[in-house]
Amino acid sequence: MQALWDAGEPCSAYDLLPGLTATESGEPLAATTVLTVLGRLEKKGLVTADRSARPHRYVAVRSREDHVADLMHEVLGDAADRTAVLERFVGGVSAADADLLRRLLGDR
Amino acid sequence: MIVDPGLAAIAAVVLGVIAIALAVPVPIALARAAWPSRAPARALVLWQAIALAGGFSMIGALVGAGLALVPHHTLIGGIVIGTAVGLAGHLLGHLAATVLSVIRSRHRHRALLDLLTSPDPERPSTLILDAPTPVAYCLPQGFGSVTVLSRGLLDRLSPDELAAVVAHERAHLEQRHDIVLVAFRAWHSALPWFPIAARAAEEVAVLVELLADDRARRTIPDDVLARAIATVAAAPEGTLTDAGRPRPLSSTRDRVRRLVG
Repeated sequence: MQALWDAGEPCSAYDLLPGLTATESGEPLAATTVLTVLGRLEKKGLVTADRSARPHRYVAVRSREDHVADLMHEVLGDAADRTAVLERFVGGVSAADADLLRRLLGDR
Repeated sequence: MIVDPGLAAIAAVVLGVIAIALAVPVPIALARAAWPSRAPARALVLWQAIALAGGFSMIGALVGAGLALVPHHTLIGGIVIGTAVGLAGHLLGHLAATVLSVIRSRHRHRALLDLLTSPDPERPSTLILDAPTPVAYCLPQGFGSVTVLSRGLLDRLSPDELAAVVAHERAHLEQRHDIVLVAFRAWHSALPWFPIAARAAEEVAVLVELLADDRARRTIPDDVLARAIATVAAAPEGTLTDAGRPRPLSSTRDRVRRLVG
């Protein structure tokens, strides 16, 4: 996914090959492996494939920023049905308390 | 089944009184007390005892009343016992539903994390998120539980403060706070009209944070932990937006006061 985001434009598996290496061995990946992964990503809805021309071109459905925004929304959001899913170090703080704590920091 | 209706009636009254006491005055007294912040573990056990005993005594009272009625008012007695069974099923059903919902939500969140984070080279079961907002949290998933730290957090905290944050989150996972939190959330979702259930869930959430702080304090000085909390809380992105409704309890302020005061 990161390779697709970095590219910023539709890529074929062959376009992506040079930039990818297998994480464990550090060796270059085979095109078939990349295609398999792209197929799985497509099934998950993360990429779409343009099959109008060969080789097929793939593009990320949403930008990395979009996904990060989603994640942040889940972490920082205050929806009642999200309680107990994850445990934040610091929960939501009111603006007044944040000021109080900033002053506390400044004093020390 | 032959049960002396007189005995059943007495049991129903006794259990009923207990249930009412555990439903309102006892939890309110505990919520208002000051000692829990000094002994959060004890308070947490007490909350769990109140919730369990309250549920059992309520159901028991209904069963007792039903058994007392059955010999002479069989239909009404049957309905009362049926209500008890229904109540038990309702509570258990909500517990199961909440557990499933939470597991599903965590699974979805983990998929996002797998997409956006990379493993922390220095700490096991920890993921680093490349984002400027300082956040730290843990995602309980049994053996696959992870702690998540953002780059914004790593940039803003000193190594000591970071160790405090990591110790706090580890405590949540090691002590399985998620079990208690999910249970009380289920309690609240089963009885949405019962304000005590909501209050209990909030109190338990605060106590769990204090417990995690206490664990971190074993190895990290109090003022370092306080600084870590204040730094994360003071970051502009950490405060509530206009869309968020303010939390009734400011546990953050209490946590810092407890360490500093």
